[in-house]
Amino acid sequence: MAAPMLRWFCSGRRFAFAWVGCGSCHRRGPPTGSTSNGKRGQSSVAQQPHITAQKPRKGYTISYQYSPLKLSECEWAAVVGLEIHAQIASNSKLFSGSQVHFAAPPNSLVSFFDASLPGTLPVLNRRCVEAAVMTGLALDCHINRKSLFDRKHYFYADLPAGYQITQQRLPIAVNGSLAYSVCVGRKPSQMVTRTVRVKQIQLEQDSGKSLHDDLRSQTLIDLNRAGIGLLEVVLEPDMSCGEEAATAVRELQLILQALGTSQANMADYEIQRQINELENGGEILNETRSFDYKLGCTVPMRDKEGKQDYRFMPEPNLPPLLLYDSGSLPSGADPQQVINVDQLRARLPELPRVTRERLVREYGMLPEHSCALLNEVGLLEFFQNVIKETRAEPKKVTSWVLNTFLGFLKQQNLAVSESPVTPSALAELLDLLDRKAISSSAAKQVFEELWRNEGKTPAQIVAEKNLELLQDPEVLERLCRSTLEAHPDVVMDLKKGNPRAINKLIGLIRKATLGRADPTAIKEVVERQLSS
Amino acid sequence: MWALAVRLGLRAAARGRRGFTSKADPQGSGRVTGELIQHLERLSLVDFGSQEAVSRLEKAIAFADRLRAVNTDGVEPMESVLEDRCLYLRSDDVVEGSCAEELLQNSHRVVEEYFVAPPGNISWSKLDEKQPFSHR
Repeated sequence: MAAPMLRWFCSGRRFAFAWVGCGSCHRRGPPTGSTSNGKRGQSSVAQQPHITAQKPRKGYTISYQYSPLKLSECEWAAVVGLEIHAQIASNSKLFSGSQVHFAAPPNSLVSFFDASLPGTLPVLNRRCVEAAVMTGLALDCHINRKSLFDRKHYFYADLPAGYQITQQRLPIAVNGSLAYSVCVGRKPSQMVTRTVRVKQIQLEQDSGKSLHDDLRSQTLIDLNRAGIGLLEVVLEPDMSCGEEAATAVRELQLILQALGTSQANMADYEIQRQINELENGGEILNETRSFDYKLGCTVPMRDKEGKQDYRFMPEPNLPPLLLYDSGSLPSGADPQQVINVDQLRARLPELPRVTRERLVREYGMLPEHSCALLNEVGLLEFFQNVIKETRAEPKKVTSWVLNTFLGFLKQQNLAVSESPVTPSALAELLDLLDRKAISSSAAKQVFEELWRNEGKTPAQIVAEKNLELLQDPEVLERLCRSTLEAHPDVVMDLKKGNPRAINKLIGLIRKATLGRADPTAIKEVVERQLSS
Repeated sequence: MWALAVRLGLRAAARGRRGFTSKADPQGSGRVTGELIQHLERLSLVDFGSQEAVSRLEKAIAFADRLRAVNTDGVEPMESVLEDRCLYLRSDDVVEGSCAEELLQNSHRVVEEYFVAPPGNISWSKLDEKQPFSHR
């Protein structure tokens, strides 16, 4: 994936970086005065010298500015703030009716307005406003009933208008908070909750994409992305190191995905990599740094020189955006033309934090398990489907889903949606285990078979491989007795107090039963027989 | 008449920084420094190529400064003349696009459905070398 540009910010100053989906030129942010060769913050893809293929955008960007102070707890204890740009999940763009889609021929999803042709005007997309309000509500923000649009001017080839429409003076939401859990000790259970203040959330346009063809010294512009709606979430410098920032961003990602306001798909490794790079590069005190992914290292940004001046002005073509609640709705208003914040609040889905608490309460699982269930797309749904269909205890289900199932997925790098094992199949398997029809090791074998996806049910596999546990206790008693008689030396060993002897006996008996007896059951019978 | 002018002048001073002139010259003498010209040239990519252009700018600033003559005490500034209008909300449907061919016709150079951008922005080093026109 294209390395997003990460910039940290500390009190007062900010940076933005973008999480863009793999590969596509990411939004490079406004140019700064730092580069003198025209290569400022370029959007070229990765480090290849030629034009590379575009991959889907994942819809996220983050920025920050960095000021390190040494403290004991965190390695850097830097005062770090973040700006996160998340691409809004909408069908059409923020101010025009062209499509939002990641894979399309260049310049095919561009309207006259997006290309900034004279005579075109912005028309605000209702869905984008709703997305912003819902995100603001989920982050406990104050929703400004009146917000304004502004123009932010700078020259760059992928910004055809020469300005970006954003909300600089009065954004749509302010003063919220984002809670996240950090691990404070070595054990995963030692978690504490931290909060970071959300300064504001604003709506703004994305820019197009520029591809630098160094071979032919030319820059190619694709405006498919130009005009797509972005949510900029600005976090205050409340985080003291890269790890906290990564966790906060991850939580925001989960929230946005739960709300459906943004796909926000960015791999953890990418977040961590960016943050590490920035930490490594930010050794100079109080310097504003930007990650130039083309160079693969941080570079200073000298906007202190005053060369960066966006000449903000009110967007003259857009009146203020007014939002209403149930109490202030104008009577007789067209419902399509008014947005009711109360209505949106009522429609908010369950947020990740609440979901995790509910899982711990309902199923008695540990907090870190609920975290793990939410961390993988589709895993929670899978888990809940298994729970619905099985009689097995929730703890057993949790353990199987998080250890065995997830383990297999990760080994083959599959998403939950690509799993060869369905929730019903796993539920059936867990039922067999619950009934003690099979041992847990047999169950693992059955799971492996299921993973090969040959269309057999767990019951069929058990039958085919003779994995059922011995149901007749007489048979087990007989086999135990005969094994004990056949190995008097091991029995003697055991009576002498050798702890390993019992395991050897159990092993021998298991072989005799062709794996159809549970080790615990065997142990119990052996101990009983020997003591009598 | 004199009394009125004096009163307005004092009020203007009390309101402090306002408009462009204060940036150029807080005393309000209407002069634009060479440094500011350089800055403006970088921002706007407009070449103030002559003394004439600079004095035209100064005259424009002086003209705009006459706004200060208006007493706006206790008056809430408007954000835009549209502020009482209703902001129209469009429903989230795809209704345009798919006109790459038409759009690309506007471009001087095109490579496989991409616009070819003119060679880079003006590099800062080149601008540094160039002497700003009015040096005061």
